[in-house]
Amino acid sequence: MLGPMTWDYAPAPESRAIVELRPSYGLFIDGEFIDPLDGTSFKTVNPADEEVLAEVTAAGPRDVDRAVAAARRAQVEVWGPMSGAERAKYLFRVARILQERARELAVLESLDNGKPIRESRDIDVPLAAAYFFYYAGWADKLGYAGFGSDPPPLGVAGQVIPWNFPLLMAAWKLAPALATGNTSVLKPAETTPLSALLLAEICQQADLPPGVVNVITGAGATGEALVTHSGIDKVAFTGSTEVGKGIQRALAGTRKRLTLELGGKGANVVFDDAPLDEAVEGIVNGIFFNQGHVCCAGSRLLVQESIASEVVDRLKRRLATLRLGDPLDKNTDIGAINSAEQLDKINDLAATGEQEGAQRWAPSCTLPGRGFWFPPTVFTGVSPSYRIAREEIFGPVLSVLTFRTPEEAVMKANNVPYGLSAGIWTEKGSRILWMAGQMRAGVVWANTFNRFDPASPFGGYRESGFGREGGRHGLEAYLDV
Amino acid sequence: MASNTQLEPVSRRTGQQLGWPGFPSSLSEVTASELGIRRFFGGLPGVDQVGVEGRVAALATRSIKASSKLAALDMAISMVDLTTLEGADTPGKVRALCGKARQPAPLDPDVPSVAAVCVYPDLVEVAKAALTGSSVAVASVAAAFPSGRAELAVKLADVRSAVDAGADEVDMVIDRGAFLAGRYLAVFDEIRAVKEACGQAHLKVILETGELVTYDNVKRSAWLAMLGGADFVKTSTGKVSPAATLPVALVLLEAVRDFDEATGAKVGVKVAGGIRSAKDALRYLVVVKETAGEEWLDPARFRFGASSLLNDLLMQRSKQLTGEYAGPEDFSKE
Repeated sequence: MLGPMTWDYAPAPESRAIVELRPSYGLFIDGEFIDPLDGTSFKTVNPADEEVLAEVTAAGPRDVDRAVAAARRAQVEVWGPMSGAERAKYLFRVARILQERARELAVLESLDNGKPIRESRDIDVPLAAAYFFYYAGWADKLGYAGFGSDPPPLGVAGQVIPWNFPLLMAAWKLAPALATGNTSVLKPAETTPLSALLLAEICQQADLPPGVVNVITGAGATGEALVTHSGIDKVAFTGSTEVGKGIQRALAGTRKRLTLELGGKGANVVFDDAPLDEAVEGIVNGIFFNQGHVCCAGSRLLVQESIASEVVDRLKRRLATLRLGDPLDKNTDIGAINSAEQLDKINDLAATGEQEGAQRWAPSCTLPGRGFWFPPTVFTGVSPSYRIAREEIFGPVLSVLTFRTPEEAVMKANNVPYGLSAGIWTEKGSRILWMAGQMRAGVVWANTFNRFDPASPFGGYRESGFGREGGRHGLEAYLDV
Repeated sequence: MASNTQLEPVSRRTGQQLGWPGFPSSLSEVTASELGIRRFFGGLPGVDQVGVEGRVAALATRSIKASSKLAALDMAISMVDLTTLEGADTPGKVRALCGKARQPAPLDPDVPSVAAVCVYPDLVEVAKAALTGSSVAVASVAAAFPSGRAELAVKLADVRSAVDAGADEVDMVIDRGAFLAGRYLAVFDEIRAVKEACGQAHLKVILETGELVTYDNVKRSAWLAMLGGADFVKTSTGKVSPAATLPVALVLLEAVRDFDEATGAKVGVKVAGGIRSAKDALRYLVVVKETAGEEWLDPARFRFGASSLLNDLLMQRSKQLTGEYAGPEDFSKE
């Protein structure tokens, strides 16, 4: 053989056979899957090809009543009085079953959400299990968490989660709530209900006492009925800032506790002494991980002006190697946009970037004919006043801005209404520490981005919400302290 | 729906200068003095260990199946430098290896020859004679392999003896002691002197990355070798553990890619030592493809220094074609 060879990867699809989809799903209330009392139904589709996956129930007000009542009964009679060590046994069991059924969960997540199987398999599902393991460990040690010798639970939690990490967000919500002795009514997003329903099945398999976890599916109306229900003690919401503000308004003046994890417009700050190749990887992980459907995405690249063109060139070269397509293919890097609605939003905001004068670039690629797709896109020449520099796009779109000094980098990083995440790339340790102290962001990553660990608290400033999930701090949101 | 498609690559920049601060306008100034090299190293972007290891871990999950696996196995066979570097090597052993190199699987003429046979200088003549008329090159280790501990005149005599005996390629070791002591100019001068002594023979510079330890050192030594005229940078002698690793290969491939961008010269990468399975070899090819690009998927630009790897490649190849695994005795061991 002489000369360079072209070598492409053959299709390597993960088998769908491991997932048994039912034609229709009821609600999971009091330990059983049941038909709704006053609910309707809707379809959930595979965003990669618009195939209908299943018919799912939209719970009505009476169904929410039933779920809350079941959760209350379970909390008062069984889960609240149970010792922490006993609760831990159940949580460890759920964690182990999540690992045992990892492949099934990963395939289902990629089908319903559109994310690459590489991510659901290597990140979403293992992390979901890790959160259960982590909080299971706290269940019998709450007296040592710094919240008093025997901190009481709040009671019943209404938990509303988004579509970007459906299973992982369910784990973030359920694991600390259950470890601290609360019970839950969980509402997954309407475009991605299936993995939460499988998690409900896993709760059955783990013999979790009926009513401790209830899963009600539906859209905004179901979520509203849940968070405004008078029978719950706590609302935990992850989702858009707009909806979060509405929930805060609705809860004002009630005794309900609230934690909100909302949008973001994270700054990824690259200094001229950064490890450049790894910084480029970090920029890619920051904004193109999960198609940019990440609240803590590094959607603004702040790069020191002296190396801006070099970094952008390297970034473009790297983006050309990304593989976009079938989410179930094991070599896919960029999957489908979760819904037509979200695709419209991304298209609209990207259009404003061009109108306002930024230069748009995407590697040339053929998007699949069906389903919802958007290529990885970079805007250069972005002014901090542009909408694409201020508003959350929640898609694979990066805005590149430049700075001259560390002070200017901090000013620009903080100059958005959000404050969820930030990244710093420099080989200078003292600068990392100084910057981290200056950034108004709940998470600051140094020479990495989008890394998650159950022991690390996560949450936001300002319009990114309040309260912390993860770590010891995450216990406080579910304790009456 | 169709499987994923790779986005088309953007054209490489043709500019003479990379944009990182400290990159010199003239590369000859860099190696004019110790200070010049130190300044240049100071301007090279650092390598973040966690980032490099994370990147290769992600690339290692690439799934290579069906036709792309078969193509990769053939490609890997054609990139093997079939190696024997033992004190006990004899003409008979080397001739046997050369037979295997020409025709790794005589029953299947579709199996390509390997790229080269790699021996000590005193056995070059034997190998050369045994490989007459074939496409297989003869590579010789040299310059006080494997330790590199000898004075320059001895090293150069070593190199000349290999070249005079007909070696097509010379695999020299660098002076790691000098590098770790910060005597970069001495390392550079030695590489340049060996390059001169090589004449027409291609020069592979063995960095022995297992002794340099940090990725920053790997990157710096690779640049030193490239500036000194290396045709290939090579990870290891195979006598030190760890030998080749995926993260080290990634750092080297980034270095040759950047050198190409800066100078237009394409330097090859050879990973050597400890690569025994076809699965490992395929992982390296993935890192090559997604880092330096397909231009490096070429025996002239990428090599595996190995011995037992070849039989695993052959075994996996026959499995891919027949659906059944052959036994270890179905392939000649040398």
